[in-house]
Amino acid sequence: MAPVLTVKDLSVRFALHESVVTAVNNLNFTLEAGETLAVVGESGSGKSQAFLALMGLLAKNGSVSGQALLGDVDLLALSKTELNQYRGRDVAMIFQDPMTSLNPALRLKQQLAEVLVLHKGQDQKQAETSAIEMLERVGIPEPAKRANAYPHQLSGGMRQRVMIAMALLCQPKILIADEPTTALDVTVQAQMLDLFKTLTEDFGTSLVLITHDLGVVAGVADRMMVMYGGRPVEKGTVDDLFYDPRHPYTLGLLHSTPHIAKRAERLDPIQGMPPSLENLPKGCAFHPRCAFAFDRCLAERPALTQLENGREKACFHEGPMRYGKVA
Amino acid sequence: MLADNRIKTVTSVAAAPADVPAKGRSLWRDAGRRFMANKAAMTSLIVLIGVVLFTIIGPFFAKWSIEKVDWSVVGNVLTAGAPSFETGHYFGTDEVGRDLYSRVIQGTQISLLVGLVGSAIAVVVGTIYGAVAGYFGGRLDSAMMRLVDIIYSIPYMFILILLLIVFGRSFIMLFVGIGLISWLGMSRVVRGQTLTLKNREFVEAAIATGSKPRDVIFRHIVPNLLGIVAIYATLLVPEMILLESFISFLGLGVQEPNTSLGALISEGAQTMQYGTYWQLAFPLVFFITILFTFFFVGDGLRDALDPKDR
Amino acid sequence: MNQTPVNLLEIRNVKKTFSISGGGFLSRPLTLTALEDINFTIRKGETLGIVGESGSGKSTLGRCILQLLSPDQGQVLWLGQDLTKLPAEEMRRRRQDLQIIFQDPLASLNPRMTVGEIIADPLRTLRPELSKEQRRERVLKTMAAVGLLPEMINRYPHEFSGGQAQRIGIARALVTEPKLIVCDEPVSALDVSIQAQILNLLAELKDAFGLTLIFISHNLSVVRHVSDRILVLYLGRIVELATGDEIYLDPRHPYTRALLTAVPIPDPKLARKRSIDGLKGEIPSPINPPSGCTFRTRCRFAEAQCAETRPPLETLESGRLVACLRWREIEAAEPIAGSA
Repeated sequence: MAPVLTVKDLSVRFALHESVVTAVNNLNFTLEAGETLAVVGESGSGKSQAFLALMGLLAKNGSVSGQALLGDVDLLALSKTELNQYRGRDVAMIFQDPMTSLNPALRLKQQLAEVLVLHKGQDQKQAETSAIEMLERVGIPEPAKRANAYPHQLSGGMRQRVMIAMALLCQPKILIADEPTTALDVTVQAQMLDLFKTLTEDFGTSLVLITHDLGVVAGVADRMMVMYGGRPVEKGTVDDLFYDPRHPYTLGLLHSTPHIAKRAERLDPIQGMPPSLENLPKGCAFHPRCAFAFDRCLAERPALTQLENGREKACFHEGPMRYGKVA
Repeated sequence: MLADNRIKTVTSVAAAPADVPAKGRSLWRDAGRRFMANKAAMTSLIVLIGVVLFTIIGPFFAKWSIEKVDWSVVGNVLTAGAPSFETGHYFGTDEVGRDLYSRVIQGTQISLLVGLVGSAIAVVVGTIYGAVAGYFGGRLDSAMMRLVDIIYSIPYMFILILLLIVFGRSFIMLFVGIGLISWLGMSRVVRGQTLTLKNREFVEAAIATGSKPRDVIFRHIVPNLLGIVAIYATLLVPEMILLESFISFLGLGVQEPNTSLGALISEGAQTMQYGTYWQLAFPLVFFITILFTFFFVGDGLRDALDPKDR
Repeated sequence: MNQTPVNLLEIRNVKKTFSISGGGFLSRPLTLTALEDINFTIRKGETLGIVGESGSGKSTLGRCILQLLSPDQGQVLWLGQDLTKLPAEEMRRRRQDLQIIFQDPLASLNPRMTVGEIIADPLRTLRPELSKEQRRERVLKTMAAVGLLPEMINRYPHEFSGGQAQRIGIARALVTEPKLIVCDEPVSALDVSIQAQILNLLAELKDAFGLTLIFISHNLSVVRHVSDRILVLYLGRIVELATGDEIYLDPRHPYTRALLTAVPIPDPKLARKRSIDGLKGEIPSPINPPSGCTFRTRCRFAEAQCAETRPPLETLESGRLVACLRWREIEAAEPIAGSA
């Protein structure tokens, strides 16, 4: 089956005062219908910028190149007005802070109905009814009553549910969720992740889950892509990457994440800090923090290479990685 | 004491970037750089410095004092009193034959002085008053801010006129009058900022590390207010100049033979009908130049000190 | 070294309310009860974790312990001395022993001061007898202890990444050689790899300096990782206090059970298998908390009695505390498997 989204050579650059910074560098990936792809990385890995670029939501000093094929339409080649047709209808995005995407002066049903009126050409009344139905689908109690509320009258979890409802109104092919649960409490986060699972199954929507939290990824995603310094370093199924990571960075992230069932005396964190995009290390961007780096990593940048089971990695290191504090 | 052997047990050391400059970049220096890059603000600052230098150097080239009446012009100001290098009246003379060049210089000096003094009072009194009210909050805050409201609600022009009439027109009274009201707005701005700053974690951190209230205010809050204070003070200067001009325009400002730009403009406006346009033009050019440059410098400061995309 | 556990801090009956405006112009102010009936002790040298959702009062509790907020009633006994009754000047000097590390590392550093000035600030106020050179020496030693390079002393906070800024915050808390540090969500604003570094650093410093830590976090995995004992707060009340193993392997309160099942597990097979434990809805408003047991509105074991009687904080074997009327019945009905 053809993938819903094929991204080819996506690069995102930002013009700063004196220099140009490349936030995303030649990103290639595909998104299959109905699957959940987790994009994992730390700050500055380019994970959010790549998808903001797809949505045409880059900051003013940003520019994008490459291709993003949604069916046979290249999203990156569209004009702003053309892109508006696809945004919300075929591809929707939700953010960490729902307040930034909700208009504080409009009632929920007005905001939700607006989307349907715009994209589906429904009349106001019909749109409001569908909006209330959708609010119910995402687990908002008393949806007819809540639909009259303003965004600030809701709790953080409820707002995020409203955002999801709004994103799913037109039954998009792709839902991009940028750190959707980071600001929420664990109990609410668990509810939201459950909601993502059921909704993507019900609507057949492909989900892109952008996050730094491997705990969130484990329960929800099918495949994952780990990014570092603007490039993907490892791709594969969630099980492959969690149980058999091949890139030292993936391994390091796993060892940095505290596991409730394992009380280790010390975690084995990755040393050092994520690099600044303005000053990426030569060769493999991860080499200064890598316990397995050797001469070649300093001089040459490893390309993404195909391995078995459709997985890919960008690393020169071969063979098993014994992880632990380097003496 | 921090024994060395205990420190040895710590193994996780932050990786240092290779290029650590020994000296840090303070926010002030960053702001300075941004200000320099702002052409309108830099041009204005240079023009403003030029005006100030002119008021200092200018008097050395003056052939006439501010009060000396050139009898040769009296009665024939329109032709004999026009700006000319031969007569030494570079800017012409006023209606009674006094040298306008000297008078504009003095007027500019006084206007600038009024503006700067009014603004300085606002900076000192307004900052301390607002920071104290905002930091301690509660009843003290309510009492202090209500006092500001009360002073605000009194028609100050009326009070000022009364002051000038009762105590006579003098420089001191003018400064007292302007000083009385100039700090009100500043104290409100500063209080508002203090309220947000005091909820910032670094202020809580200062309290948690045992800082006294005085230290918290002067070491932690006030330095973070200085940006907005600088902006506001710069914009207050032209406001004070306008206020003084208005008072002088009403004829209640500085006393003859001293003068200010407001007084000169007032006189110039009255004699415009006789065709002695220069009596209005010269003070007005200086006046507008000063106002504009201060506004641009203030704007530049705001952009430099308060960048949204930091 | 004193081997017997010493109660460094004892919290008795602490209650804290806030008065908030009713919204309308003339409406009466509302009372928000942030903390009520808080009783527990902290032993010298232990790490006590405090977990709870937002609105549970965990940060308020930390600030009440440090007297950054004064409790409405109750006592905070520091080595037997009630801090709430201490005159301001004495409390100020006592702060040498009690320090805090904040959540947002950059916001907790004064942007106009250099790193050296920030770390020296507590010494300036609490150890005025030190000379400038002595102060500088101690600042440099502390910077070394938290992994900061000496050449960073003249730089400003905005030149640092989050992880390094947090090290500066830790150095400031450490420089007066405190006995107790309250860590208020110290890693939740940091990148994953940096989180682990800071957690390790705190553990190392704790051993090196013989510190007692109060570790406040919403992340149960992190709390379990660092804490000896864990205090679970819900709507301003203690629902359970027990050792980390007890909390994880044998939780007694239904809220603790629910929290445990909600914690994300970085293990796909386990994560897919488990279902979340019917914890519906969100934490109710502390302005108008439910009657009886405040957790009953979200508890799948709640019965009529839960709405009438407020469950007392029961002291069980080994000194663990739990506040639930039905925990014995619940445990009999649905025993916890032992490990997940």
